Amino acid sequence: MGSIIADSTVLKSVVPETVSRKKVLKTKLHAEGISMVFNSDGNRVAVLEAIDLKVGEGEFVCVLGPSGCGKSTLLNIIAGFISPTCGQVRIDGDAVRGPDPRRIFVFQERGVFPWLTVEGNIGFGLFKLSKAERRERIAHYVKLVGLQGFEKAYPQELSGGMKQRLEVARALAVNPDVLFMDEPFGALDSITRLTMRGELLRIWRAERKTIVFVTHDIEESIQLADRVVVMSARPARIQRIVNIDISHPRDISSRRYLELRDGIFEQIGLAHKV
Amino acid sequence: MIDCFARLRPVAFIVLILTIWHFAIHYQKVHLLPTPLAVAGGVVELAQHGLLVKYVVASLFRVTWGFAGAAILAIPFGLALGWHRRSGMALNPLIQIFRPISPLAWIPISILWFGVGDVSAIFLIFLASFLPLTVTAMNAVASVSPVHINAARNFGLSQSQLVSRVLYPAVAPQLIVGLRITLGVAWLVVVAAEMIAVNSGLGFLIVDSRNAGNRYDLVVAGMVLIGVIGWLLDLGTRSLEKVKSLRWGYSED
Repeated sequence: MGSIIADSTVLKSVVPETVSRKKVLKTKLHAEGISMVFNSDGNRVAVLEAIDLKVGEGEFVCVLGPSGCGKSTLLNIIAGFISPTCGQVRIDGDAVRGPDPRRIFVFQERGVFPWLTVEGNIGFGLFKLSKAERRERIAHYVKLVGLQGFEKAYPQELSGGMKQRLEVARALAVNPDVLFMDEPFGALDSITRLTMRGELLRIWRAERKTIVFVTHDIEESIQLADRVVVMSARPARIQRIVNIDISHPRDISSRRYLELRDGIFEQIGLAHKV
Repeated sequence: MIDCFARLRPVAFIVLILTIWHFAIHYQKVHLLPTPLAVAGGVVELAQHGLLVKYVVASLFRVTWGFAGAAILAIPFGLALGWHRRSGMALNPLIQIFRPISPLAWIPISILWFGVGDVSAIFLIFLASFLPLTVTAMNAVASVSPVHINAARNFGLSQSQLVSRVLYPAVAPQLIVGLRITLGVAWLVVVAAEMIAVNSGLGFLIVDSRNAGNRYDLVVAGMVLIGVIGWLLDLGTRSLEKVKSLRWGYSED
């Protein structure tokens, strides 16, 4: 046990808590004192405890935690699908009262509508646009996510990675400010997952959305995020926020990357030995 | 070529069965069944008297009204019950008690209410179709993925858009299977209803042919017609399942 304590002091010097942000971002999203208690069969289960999180405009934030820690619940609260027991979420200063097309939630690839074609899915949220505008928008996002040639295909004819890109395209097509992504690549094989991360970063650089990305994959969070929010086990609290100060494209064998990764591994209480 | 053989095989089986039937009847003394030729003769005779079309149309007319009426009322009703879980749960035991009562058990009641005639038969078909369709619609709603509902809410759909653009397409494959199975049941019931409640139709033909002089060739002709028409109805509804935007619901994925 003694060695862990010693290591965490080392960690503090590696990952300074006083974050020196490269540029000061305008706050896009502020979760203030979020707590969540579920009642199941008369048992009160505390899932989230006093979560306080600010996300800047155009920032990519990963929420990292073990499975079942409540990070998905947090994302659902921020997106307005669930109301928290305590606290509130403000986006652009306004309290969140429910889901909103300006903020799109990306589920795992099972979120695409199986009864619609690729075009139909991407155009799903565009019902307020004229037909011509809609067609143009669909064509743009088909191209952005590399689904040309599959416009008329149904999701069951697509691979897992293509379905995931389709869902991202459907989300981006309505031009939201914020994307919420709940372990979007969790169901994909490891090779596809790696390509998808690259794709997502490319899209993020092109569109500059604010992204809150929930994952249990430490490597994924360090490869993607500007900041990684490390959650504790249930009831989840923010254990630490780690600033990933490596520019893109990130060299995943660089010293800094490994330092950050090892720091988070130890923060979660795992020695990185298999 | 393989496809051609696959198509011919069922025809070959039918021919084989008819041949066996023909010779089996030919070489036995007791009169168990009319021969296939006699049955074919019966169909021709019905056609000559103008009864073939009249009876088929009469039966289809009753099924259409009873079944369509049930579908129009049961599907929205079932969808609403599925959507509002609480009312669905409250009504479910009642539905489950009514369901095992054969529609034929309602024959005396329907005669009491509507007399002997078309309305009685239509009412019986309606009863036979209504609860199965209600339950199908209820279960179909319960199986709609909450992820799809949440996605639709996220894109800012109104309640009516949610129903037409997500709920309806999500339940359509299951509804079509339910409609197909229920139409089969309705067709079974129309024959039984016509045996008692009316004086036309294929069910009436079967009972009447026996009562009016043991015309078993016409009895079997009626049975064959019922089978063929039932098969055609099933083929018709099955072709709906081939619609591409519905086919996702039938894959194992």
